Amino acid sequence: MNPHRLHGKYLWRLVAVSIGLLLALNTSAVERPPATADHSKFRALEGPFERAEDVTAACLECHTEAGKQLRQTTHWTWLYDHPETGQTLGKNKVINSFCGMAITNEPRCTSCHIGYGWQDMNQPPPQANNAVDCLVCHDTTGDYWKFPTLAGHPTYVPREWPKGSGKMVQPPNLADIARKVGPSDRANCGSCHFYGGGADGVKHGDLDSSLASPSPELDVHMSPDGLDFACSDCHTSWGHSVAGSRYQVNARDTLGIDVPGHSDLSRASCESCHGLAPHPQSKLNDHVDRVACQTCHIPAFARGGVPTKTWWDWSTAGRLDAEGKPIKELDDHGHPSYLSEKGDFRHGENLVPEYAWFNGTVEYTLVGEPLDISNPPVAINRVAGSGADRDSRIWPFKVMRGKQPFDVQRETLLATHVFGADDTSLWRNFCWEKALQAGSDLSGMPYSGEFAFIETTMHWPITHMVAPAEDAVRCGACHGADSRMAGLGGIYVPGHSGNPWLGRIGWFAVAATVFGVLVHAMARIIFRGRKAK
Amino acid sequence: MSRVLMFKRFERFWHWSQALLIFVLLFTGFNIHGSLDTLRFSTAVQVHTLAAWALIVLWLFAIFWHFTTGEWRQYIPTRQGLFAVMHYYLIGTFTGAEHPYRKTSQAKHNPLQRLAYLFFKLVISPVIWASGLLYLFYNDWPATLAGALSLEAVALVHTAAAFAMLVFVIAHVYMATMGKTVTAYIKPMITGYEELETPENHGTPRR
Repeated sequence: MNPHRLHGKYLWRLVAVSIGLLLALNTSAVERPPATADHSKFRALEGPFERAEDVTAACLECHTEAGKQLRQTTHWTWLYDHPETGQTLGKNKVINSFCGMAITNEPRCTSCHIGYGWQDMNQPPPQANNAVDCLVCHDTTGDYWKFPTLAGHPTYVPREWPKGSGKMVQPPNLADIARKVGPSDRANCGSCHFYGGGADGVKHGDLDSSLASPSPELDVHMSPDGLDFACSDCHTSWGHSVAGSRYQVNARDTLGIDVPGHSDLSRASCESCHGLAPHPQSKLNDHVDRVACQTCHIPAFARGGVPTKTWWDWSTAGRLDAEGKPIKELDDHGHPSYLSEKGDFRHGENLVPEYAWFNGTVEYTLVGEPLDISNPPVAINRVAGSGADRDSRIWPFKVMRGKQPFDVQRETLLATHVFGADDTSLWRNFCWEKALQAGSDLSGMPYSGEFAFIETTMHWPITHMVAPAEDAVRCGACHGADSRMAGLGGIYVPGHSGNPWLGRIGWFAVAATVFGVLVHAMARIIFRGRKAK
Repeated sequence: MSRVLMFKRFERFWHWSQALLIFVLLFTGFNIHGSLDTLRFSTAVQVHTLAAWALIVLWLFAIFWHFTTGEWRQYIPTRQGLFAVMHYYLIGTFTGAEHPYRKTSQAKHNPLQRLAYLFFKLVISPVIWASGLLYLFYNDWPATLAGALSLEAVALVHTAAAFAMLVFVIAHVYMATMGKTVTAYIKPMITGYEELETPENHGTPRR
């Protein structure tokens, strides 16, 4: 072979490899510093551990402040004092359009509490130092699982789940898990946050189990084939308090890239890393003051193959078959469309978000607040903002819709006692009267005894499942007649918001000119013959 | 008959590149506006912006050329003969009348043309540019401007001017076919030379 050609071939390969390396570097997983402690060498973690609290007690022997820190966080208190609205929010207080309220459904709902044994939400969470759950966030084995009905505990005996399935959940090897603890990864956060609303993907639409190991197309940051971000790479923490709140969102970060000494080092906004002018094209940067990054870079949600609920009509719950047995119906995709326990559902995948102005403040219709029942749907929460407000940007939302029980006389929403092995819970007794009365009795919230159902909406900001740049929403998806911004108002969207009268007058003038030209030209043709004579 | 250089080389270059740019701008502009849906919005915006800058540069040269050569005088309006020309286009052209205007290289535009081109140069184009630049640099408006103007108003004016431009282009292209033959007016715009029936009277431009 000609040595020159050989040379050329190697050169080519070198170029190809260099390009490949550059590309790989560009998207290589974020590197983590090595740990300074090997927990498998700690005698305190040798076990065996009877109960999960015993592991926590061992953790706290070295991490002396961790328990106290955690008990001050929203993850623990389920309370949030909203600085803008003055409302007290948090899982302790809010009602949502899924299962209603956590209160009166404790052992089920508090299975996601970051502690052990919160059986009664009328009381604060258990106060013991070792009631904090370290493992749910720091397990690296995937074996630790807070059993759904044990108020935060894993099971300590073999236990059937789901009920009636015949599948037995074995108690986890707590000592093994304790010796392998590490930093939180996606699966840790996901063990609760992926399953909000009762099952995988139900609640958020942009958080489901597909994010445990997403493709780069699904989430360019979190993909193991991309940057392999953990949740905590953006949701940074400070003494166990995690940044990034859905009640008070940083809807328009004007600080830009967070640099030590200049800002607070929280990175729960895109701008924290990407800055305030992230695009090479200046026209795209012209958008960032009015359009949230998520609006273009999350073209659709529920993209990972896990459907999310979009409609939940509680009013039909309780219907039983001829033998008095609960009914389960499936839709074309095999997702439940009716359950006697829960009513009618609709699910969706690859859903285009709805868009609204958002300044970050979310106000709730709390359970005691009077509703405007003459104007359904009732907004369970309202996202504040408008085009006139410079702190607002256009954000994408999943809008959850459905029907929920309300007190006809008091005109307020009602807490529902759905879960419990008792003779009042809806899921066991299929009787609304009992379930709502129990909801009132258990929570102490007033109830007239007369109920009906009202349509509700609830806004869920979409901020995960960020697609690669090339999959971002096309300009024409908003700048066109059939626009994602249709009906938004408060902003002039070129290509969409044109004045219809200008169009009518303009095209009339053009048509009149063309008509005049045609008439004149025809006359010229006709008279040309006569002129010739 | 005499063969006269009616349109100089730069003038022809300016005319035809301006024509091309205006067609590109109209096409992409009406895509951006949403009247047409043949281009991707991003493509339309990129091409529109590029063509706009090209036209601005072209105009800077053209303005310089007009003033240094004194050719701007070609556009000084006159009422003298205006109605005769209008009468010709409305009636005379059908009855076989002669065009009432005798052009020379010093005064090559008839009174109606002068008005039309002056309107094009002093109204349509400046409005389209001023509004276009405001549109393009919307994000960099100083606070005082942002308080007084809205993007909506700027877009409205810009689009209205675009409609005026389109009307001008249609009428202009049609009237270019109204010489003795269909191409009689167009040929000199390409070659630069026109056959005039009366010899050039050098040195005394008609005002």
